[in-house]
Amino acid sequence: MEQVRLNIDGVDVVTTPDRTILEAAREAGIRIPSLCYDQRMDPFGACRICIVEVEGARGLLPACATRVTDGMVVRTNTEELRRIRRTIVELLLSDHPRDCMTCESAGNCELQDLAYEYGVKETRFPGEEHHYEALADNPLIERDYTKCVLCGRCIRICREVQGVGVYDFVNRGFEAVPGTPYNRPLTETPCEFCGQCVSTCPTGAIISIPSKGKGRPWQVEKVRTTCPYCGCGCQIDLHVRDGEIIEVSSPVMVGPGQGNLCVKGRYGYAFVHHPDRLTTPLVRKDGELVPASWEEALGMVAERIRGAMDDKGPDAVAFLSSARCTNEENYLLQKLARAVVGTNNVDHCARL
Amino acid sequence: MTNSIDDLEKAECILVIGSNTTEGHPIVGLRIKKAVMKNDCRLIVAEPRHIRLCYYADQWLRHRPGTDVALLNGMMNVILSEGLADEEFIRERTEGFEEFRKVVEQYPPERAAEICGVEAEEIRRAARTFARASSAAIVYAMGITQHTTGVDNVLSLANLAMLTGNLGKEGAGVNPLRGQNNVQGACDMGALPNVFTGYQPVSDPQVRKKFEKAWGVDYLPGNPGLTIMEMVDAVLRGEVKVLYIMGENPLLSDPDIRHLKEALEKVDFLVVQDIFLTETARYADVVLPAASFAEKEGTFTNTDRRVQRVRKAVEPPGEAREDSWIIAQVASRLGYEMGDVSAPAVMEEIASLTPSYAGISYRRLEELGELRWPCPSPDHPGTPILHVDKFTRGKGRFSPVEYKPPAEEPDADYPLVLTTGRLLHHYHTGSMTRRVKPLNELVPENRVWMNPEDAKRLGVAAGEEVAVESRRGAIRVRARVTEKVPPGVVFIPFHFGESPANALTNPALDPVAKIPEYKVASVRIVTGEAMESLEYVTV
Repeated sequence: MEQVRLNIDGVDVVTTPDRTILEAAREAGIRIPSLCYDQRMDPFGACRICIVEVEGARGLLPACATRVTDGMVVRTNTEELRRIRRTIVELLLSDHPRDCMTCESAGNCELQDLAYEYGVKETRFPGEEHHYEALADNPLIERDYTKCVLCGRCIRICREVQGVGVYDFVNRGFEAVPGTPYNRPLTETPCEFCGQCVSTCPTGAIISIPSKGKGRPWQVEKVRTTCPYCGCGCQIDLHVRDGEIIEVSSPVMVGPGQGNLCVKGRYGYAFVHHPDRLTTPLVRKDGELVPASWEEALGMVAERIRGAMDDKGPDAVAFLSSARCTNEENYLLQKLARAVVGTNNVDHCARL
Repeated sequence: MTNSIDDLEKAECILVIGSNTTEGHPIVGLRIKKAVMKNDCRLIVAEPRHIRLCYYADQWLRHRPGTDVALLNGMMNVILSEGLADEEFIRERTEGFEEFRKVVEQYPPERAAEICGVEAEEIRRAARTFARASSAAIVYAMGITQHTTGVDNVLSLANLAMLTGNLGKEGAGVNPLRGQNNVQGACDMGALPNVFTGYQPVSDPQVRKKFEKAWGVDYLPGNPGLTIMEMVDAVLRGEVKVLYIMGENPLLSDPDIRHLKEALEKVDFLVVQDIFLTETARYADVVLPAASFAEKEGTFTNTDRRVQRVRKAVEPPGEAREDSWIIAQVASRLGYEMGDVSAPAVMEEIASLTPSYAGISYRRLEELGELRWPCPSPDHPGTPILHVDKFTRGKGRFSPVEYKPPAEEPDADYPLVLTTGRLLHHYHTGSMTRRVKPLNELVPENRVWMNPEDAKRLGVAAGEEVAVESRRGAIRVRARVTEKVPPGVVFIPFHFGESPANALTNPALDPVAKIPEYKVASVRIVTGEAMESLEYVTV
């Protein structure tokens, strides 16, 4: 593809003409603030936070929705731009609760970050404010329109990425919210509970119920791993606090999922800490499975394998390996069967 | 998959057959939807059930369960007779075309229509859409493979891809979706009775010599071992005395539960190594507590051959240990020291013995995040698309495939066809997802899906508990009355131990792949007082 050269904040940038100013800037390490933008979706240009000055252009342009052209000279952080962004944030905060101390999304809130960056403590535009009841009509996703900034990200991700379209703007003007058809609970819509709306919501308007109150972003360690469910192999980050997984997210544009997850990948983690987990070896005594030491259990396993081998040969032993386990573990199990016991009786549930 | 998940977005046409993609592989489903919504890809869904992808499809071919070969032969007949085949590809890259053509010529769309229940004109239209696309991808899953004709079905898909030149290029390919996180990896690692790692046959003396040397043993057996279903029979015949099961729950996942239960009761010694006391583990003589995916280091290989890291995030509970540690301990007590079984060290050993994994190491995975096999050397970038210039065996071979009916067909006693599968919210035998409270709240119990016509005829109301009975056994389950299944077909997911679908399924196997026919069995619905006299299969 042909290349275009442009200048952003004094930095010469070379990119391709299919890029927007926002993308070109990010690639060059220049951060343009945004609110309604998510890389996973088409640009929307609703929030105007990402406005930039382009030499020769009439007015200010949204960086997320403006393609780069050759020779473009862009400024992203002038006094004028800062003043306008500050005003936008003030307008947003004029109808937004300032309860960051208890808000689930504190530390993971793009509005909070903007207020911080632009030093907005109070709004100059006091007026009517919304107070909606939070909607928890299902076990996974809670919606609180009081915190909605009408960026449309939930609507768009559900329609554009998920291809489902559970949400759309309902009502008009000041009363507009991203609602479900006839305000039905999510359980009565085609919602797949993928939580993609949660993953894109820039504020605390849509949150995951199972993670509520479990920890702040700065209190968790994120561990990148691969989803344990189907064969898609989505990359996930396990959010760990005090030895407990409290949330799962997916890094945007990384791996097969590119930051998208399904209901199992995002919400299917609690089994790890389930009280049913086996915590000690068990051996059968008088017909009952009772706790035993590793020494006893392993000794018994080896003895019985040895016994069967001596009695009837190695093919009297058979192994089922596992499509859930790692490559390394599968390798070791077939090695145990072949090299140690001496049988090719090893299979797993590939067919099942 | 011959191609990659990312590649699906580039397809001009996608044929999804035997895959409920949005539920079984939701993220691949997103890519297919994106191809349709953003790139005007034409989607053909061939599936007896109405699945969500049907909403996005150009065409939905509702063929009868077990008639895939007839449908595909019908499509290929049209492609040949209308001159839509990629003759250059056939000439340059394939062999066996003439024998193949002779069989396909026997399947004009009218005959195919009679067998598979899709109108001849619809078969023609699908054939034209697929063949005229500049790149057309085939996506399939267990709906294709879990048949006594599973291999025939896959060969037919390969025929279709070769006939239209849709292999070895972007946006095309034959793309099986692997159902579990590491089923691809388990196969790659030689957890199969006939091959070592990277599909190196145990029957090849050179290969055996290589592994004997590397593992420091004098002798490795050259005769292929038993597949999972054959192991069950061997236990019942008294030939297998010890069964060692790591991380599997065959009691719910294998066909004909009653048969398997007999084997688990009969086997002299059963070891189960798992994270929960699964339905299978309850029959064990020794249960070994293992670490979950979040408690260990390692790699999984996904459906498009991508090797990716698994990292430890939390400690295993109590005395539970990594499977690698457990295996090495058992080996040691049998007189064999496995040495360093840390994940990076084991991967080094795998790479040294496996040509397709030779260039894969933890250092590279940390750096790149993923590597797709074949990756034959440490400077190889991995292979997103297979068969680009030539096939593994040189030329692609057309296979003449005749339609064969399923092993069990509906009759007067068992008039309905049962097909089984998955739901979005649950996974396999449910040992994980059914222990995740919100998931289990959303979908708490099993249902048998039946068409309103059948429900009316049988006098079954929505939500009513009925018995479903096959020649193997019976279960109790509530009815979901829905047009998503065609008349004459019922669907039961297999995640639920309290109403196990596999009590009913037919253990008849594909003669080559030894895969059971989960997708077609004959059943009847029993209601009212007659339900009381049935004997139910429990696990």
